[in-house]
Amino acid sequence: MEKEAILEVRHLSKTFGTNPVLRDINFEISEGDVISVIGPSGSGKSTLLRCINLLETPTAGSILFRGRDIKELGKDVFSYRAKVGMVFQSFNLFDNLTVMENCTLGQIKVLHKNREESEEYALQILSRVGMAPYCNARPRQLSGGQKQRVAIARAMALNPEVILFDEPTSALDPELVGEVLDVMRDLAEQGMTMAVVTHEMAFARQVSNRVVFMDDGVIMEEGSPEELFTDPQNDRTREFLGRYLGR
Amino acid sequence: MSKFSQLLQDVLRLCIKYYPMYFAGMKNTVLLALVGTVLGCMIGFVCGVLNTVPYDIRDPFRKRVLVRIMRTIIRAYVELFRGTPMVLQAVFIYYALPYFTDGAARFSSVWAASILVVSVNTGAYMTESVRGGIIAVDPGQVEGAMAIGLNHVQAMMYVILPQAIRSILPQIGNNFIINLKDTSVMFMISFTDFFAAHRGVVGATYLYFPSAVIEMVGYLTMTLISSFLLRKMEQRLEGSSSFELVVADHLTLTSGVYRNPASGELFIERNRDYAGKD
Repeated sequence: MEKEAILEVRHLSKTFGTNPVLRDINFEISEGDVISVIGPSGSGKSTLLRCINLLETPTAGSILFRGRDIKELGKDVFSYRAKVGMVFQSFNLFDNLTVMENCTLGQIKVLHKNREESEEYALQILSRVGMAPYCNARPRQLSGGQKQRVAIARAMALNPEVILFDEPTSALDPELVGEVLDVMRDLAEQGMTMAVVTHEMAFARQVSNRVVFMDDGVIMEEGSPEELFTDPQNDRTREFLGRYLGR
Repeated sequence: MSKFSQLLQDVLRLCIKYYPMYFAGMKNTVLLALVGTVLGCMIGFVCGVLNTVPYDIRDPFRKRVLVRIMRTIIRAYVELFRGTPMVLQAVFIYYALPYFTDGAARFSSVWAASILVVSVNTGAYMTESVRGGIIAVDPGQVEGAMAIGLNHVQAMMYVILPQAIRSILPQIGNNFIINLKDTSVMFMISFTDFFAAHRGVVGATYLYFPSAVIEMVGYLTMTLISSFLLRKMEQRLEGSSSFELVVADHLTLTSGVYRNPASGELFIERNRDYAGKD
């Protein structure tokens, strides 16, 4: 059965000044997909996610969310952003708020839920990422891994249809990477739709159902983790994976 | 030595005879500085926030033009009031109304005119301080706020300004102390502040220096007390550095060892137990 597409990216291009970062990108995120986007640094992976969340304005092409062009959202852009969660490499938790408030702010201001309701839900989500004990702590009192788990909870608290992860473990100490990946693996197994820009090849291989290899602003190759990791068709993919997997 | 005892005597005499005048002046000075600073801060916050409204080519033409016009107006306001002496601003504002209306309209109270001048002047400085404070907040905070769907005003109110206030607060204190002293120029429009009390006393007694000594001590007392209170306020804003843990964090302890909770099940920390499916 064909799953319904949540996001469709059509001929997306982005240039910073005269420097093309994305060139004619086409891809889809369907319900239940866990897509890993891999590729060398500077290949436009992060920019792609940031364009999808409208943190960057695409230069050309279109992005359809449930069939609707996100350029024509107008004021709905705010509720669109709530439906498309984002987890950043540098966490970007609100430093002036507690862990709990980080997870309730969006529920209250964007989804217009009341305080009790959103606190209850936030606590539920925080337990899922193992951060409920820290609900009174402030971000500066947490380790990197804990911050990232709260950031994931903050995105999930808005009941998004898809969560975009922008190198969620790249800023972490090696021993903290595991706890964040564990949480993401759990999310994936519970059917959350995710697009993950990552350098964690093991995660990409085990958890995702589709892997996208980007280089130089272009999608070079796309396929199931089996195909891409065991039998890459593209020379650049092979070279990149070789460097990572030591082949 | 006799000069000092002479001075002491003169000062005491002035204090005993004219203390109601000095105190009334002090009260007016503090009140004007306080109201002027508060109103000035409000102007500063509004202008500072408006000045940072983002716009890009995606926005409709009308909005872009509006934002540009707004920024130009605020820029002009800041440059005008930051670039001219407050004493002249007072004269301009106070005498402009009767001049243009041939005396038909004038400021009914010198208080209104003084408050207007001080707050508009403070507002110009505060606009820049607020803008600086906002810029100094990590851009990631804005992105985080945008990513959960907050609009510009919400992001400012709940995320950016509460963080910017840390760097803005010392500036507010600065402005308040500057205002305590600089309101002395309001004697030009016959505002009866602490300095006006000096002029009154001197006019009656010709004791220029003894009165100036009283003024010095008086102003210094006001500014020192203000500095102290502002420090206290800053410390309170820093808040507590500790927090309460409910229980230990399982995932940190078990990171990479085994997975917890089992997938599909809701893990309630407080019970240290698995609850039913969610």
